[in-house]
Amino acid sequence: MKEISCKLLVIGAGPGGYIAAIRAGQLGIDTVIVEKAKAGGTCLNVGCIPSKALIHAAEEFHKLRAAASGRNPLGLSLANPSIDLAHTVAWKDGIVGRLNGGVTGLLKKAGVKAVIGAARFVDGKTVDVETEIGLQRIRAEAIVIATGSAPVELPDLPFGGPIISSTEALSLKSVPKSLAVIGGGYIGLELGTAFAKLGSHVTIVEALTRILPQYDADLTKPIGKRLGELGIEVFTQTVAKSYSAETGSLHAEHNGRAIDVAAEKVLVTVGRKPVTEGFGLEEIDLDRTGRFIRIDDQCRTSMRGIYAIGDVTGEPMLAHRAMAQGEMVAEIVAGHKRSWDKRCIPAVCFTDPEIVTSGLSPDEARASGIEIKIGQFPFQANGRAMTTLAEDGFVRIVARADNHLVLGIQAVGHGVSELSASFSLAIEMGARLEDIAGTIHAHPTQSEAFQESALKALGHALHI
Amino acid sequence: MGEFVIKMPDVGEGVAEAELVEWHVKPGDPVREDMVLAAVMTDKATVEIPSPVTGTVLWLGAEVGDTVAVKAPLVRIEIAGEGETAAPAVDNKLAAKAEEQPAVKVEAPAPVAKPTQPVKVEAKAPIANGHATGERLEKALASPAVRLRAKESGVDLRQVAGTGPAGRITHDDLDQFIARGAQPAPAPAGLQRKTAVDEIKVTGLRRRIAEKMSLSTSRIPHITYVEEVDMTALEDLRTTMNRDRKPDQPKLTILPYLMRALVRTIADQPAVNAIFDDGPGIIHRHHAVHIGIATQTPAGLTVPVVRHAEARGIWDCATELNRLAEAARTGTATRDELTGSTITISSLGALGGIVTTPVINHPEVAIVGVNKLAIRPVWDGTQFVPRKIMNLSSSFDHRVIDGWDAAVFVQRLKTLLETPALIFVEA
Repeated sequence: MKEISCKLLVIGAGPGGYIAAIRAGQLGIDTVIVEKAKAGGTCLNVGCIPSKALIHAAEEFHKLRAAASGRNPLGLSLANPSIDLAHTVAWKDGIVGRLNGGVTGLLKKAGVKAVIGAARFVDGKTVDVETEIGLQRIRAEAIVIATGSAPVELPDLPFGGPIISSTEALSLKSVPKSLAVIGGGYIGLELGTAFAKLGSHVTIVEALTRILPQYDADLTKPIGKRLGELGIEVFTQTVAKSYSAETGSLHAEHNGRAIDVAAEKVLVTVGRKPVTEGFGLEEIDLDRTGRFIRIDDQCRTSMRGIYAIGDVTGEPMLAHRAMAQGEMVAEIVAGHKRSWDKRCIPAVCFTDPEIVTSGLSPDEARASGIEIKIGQFPFQANGRAMTTLAEDGFVRIVARADNHLVLGIQAVGHGVSELSASFSLAIEMGARLEDIAGTIHAHPTQSEAFQESALKALGHALHI
Repeated sequence: MGEFVIKMPDVGEGVAEAELVEWHVKPGDPVREDMVLAAVMTDKATVEIPSPVTGTVLWLGAEVGDTVAVKAPLVRIEIAGEGETAAPAVDNKLAAKAEEQPAVKVEAPAPVAKPTQPVKVEAKAPIANGHATGERLEKALASPAVRLRAKESGVDLRQVAGTGPAGRITHDDLDQFIARGAQPAPAPAGLQRKTAVDEIKVTGLRRRIAEKMSLSTSRIPHITYVEEVDMTALEDLRTTMNRDRKPDQPKLTILPYLMRALVRTIADQPAVNAIFDDGPGIIHRHHAVHIGIATQTPAGLTVPVVRHAEARGIWDCATELNRLAEAARTGTATRDELTGSTITISSLGALGGIVTTPVINHPEVAIVGVNKLAIRPVWDGTQFVPRKIMNLSSSFDHRVIDGWDAAVFVQRLKTLLETPALIFVEA
């Protein structure tokens, strides 16, 4: 068995792991990163990036179809468009491949040694990796667990055949005639919407009383409306039971009443679970918080020298949270004084229209016992939104009533994902309503709605 | 019947291995749930490992003194039923899941805060999950760049007054705070109140000493007996022997004589040279005399053991004593050299005072404390004569040693020390 030693070992080359490794490399730390599949993790290979590629392709195709249908306000017309999904998927794979190569190159540039294979803890300082060329033992002074998360399977509907997870949904060779999506969370709605735009008949099956339950009703209302326009059926308070391959239908129970949903494929998106098995974590038996590895404000686990970052450490399971943790841990290992001091972790839901949240929602702020002011500005009153057929949605700002400190910003609308930057910057910088109201926002852009929402909270919105 | 494997638990400080210092069971022993199986020691603490199951010990995975990696199999226990091979519950049941944390220095805050309220410098920080709503609002209002500078400068921003909008802390505020902190405090006029409290975590050897002392004094009803010993004759003998010693012989202190006298006394009074196992109620009366010598080291009290004093002459005792004292002081003494005593001598030398109340080295039953030797006037019947007088303060486990026997033991010791020739007479 080959044996190497290093200062820092990172297990998992997803966004958290590869950022930790790159930053550690930059800081001159002797770093090894282990990945059993491809660099980039869920995000780059089967998550954020490929799903956004598919969503974009679906949106483009849908616009063409809308134009072809003749119901087009812009006066466009064209003959019946078609899509070759295999070609689309190949294009998406090309992007993923470029990014894989990019991450690998960045790791190399930072002087990080990459080991491909499945890692397994031997003890708190030693990890064995099964590589193609045999067992490799790695001894490290510090270890970062960045093993990420995996889709949750339903016991009655195990993955395989027509029952697919988000991973398989991103690599289908043809557009299924009908698709049942179990789980009305953001992953299910993003992919369900994309397939509806590609031509599938999509049904959403959600056990709770409404879709996107983590968002308030105001934010999800435009999504619900759009789902209807796209012909997507939504069954809330409905529990999926079983799938019959012969009839090609999903059996479910809606308020105690049995229903059948036609489904060539069934996409199960009922959540993600941390990957805490299969790599010998039981050998070191770290403390947990529920299913997740328990960490402190420096991402330290219960064992000295072992850190954990990203999805394996808890909600929100977001790539940019993992990246920020990874960067912080690398600097801590390098001896810098760091601790988690972020005020907000923005979250984007790439539905149609998109949702952005950063900081506290009105309900969360009230629950914290804070007296708040809210300013909400609709895109209907935004010139730029009108010119892009993007009048649905609004920007909403939540601030303290006493000193106008901005606590949270939410938006729903077309392309609002790009506004997330200014939302989070405002919160991190400790902006007050007056700061946002007093910043000139370029005209004509959707961002004006952000400024107007602050003005509205101050009681003097100009365009409404 | 099934088998249950207990693995070395994570003793809670993130260490990868720990030293097995004591077995409480041996193969074949029946064990009950929660019964202590073994004790392991990390560099910081000794932790007892309880049994999570009831059954019979089949196999022990290490010997005392072995270093065992965390999660290595430690004990196999035969149990009724299916059995399992992992014991995740063990960790939670650790009797003393060590909770060492770096000592947090608590001190009075810098000038901005009220001078009478001690403020913890280390902020209670939220976990890195980022959605601890309440915590977020307690944070000082400052931009990420200001926060980073504060962190690197070791400044708790909650102590910095912000002059920006809504009390936001600006770079200037931080600069001023740091500049103020760097200035020497104004020279105090007269006596000042001090409000700082240093919190010192009891760890390592200090913790072991604390545990051992609590054990001894809570379990053992001590009887302490003090007697005066005229050391004049012994001191004369010692002076002569030291003057005439060979180059390879060490300089003799009182201790080697006392050790030899102890050996002679124990021959007549074997009850004091024993280990009392008060669980099953068995006294192990040892024929060997292993004398522990309480020794002060930079880290604290340790007790190196002169083994088989009964088989050592006075010079040999002195040589071994010097070697062990040096090993203990430099921290190179092995586990064998620090355990296994059957009786202990405690001596504070020149700081010996008149009387001490020695604490018995559990589970032994006797300890002999040496007090300071001083020239005192003694009435010899016609006049006062200067004599070298030294007290012996000795404690006994009153459960197994009666006061009478304790007195007889000390009187016998006194006789030997006052007439040192008796120490050397063939028995």
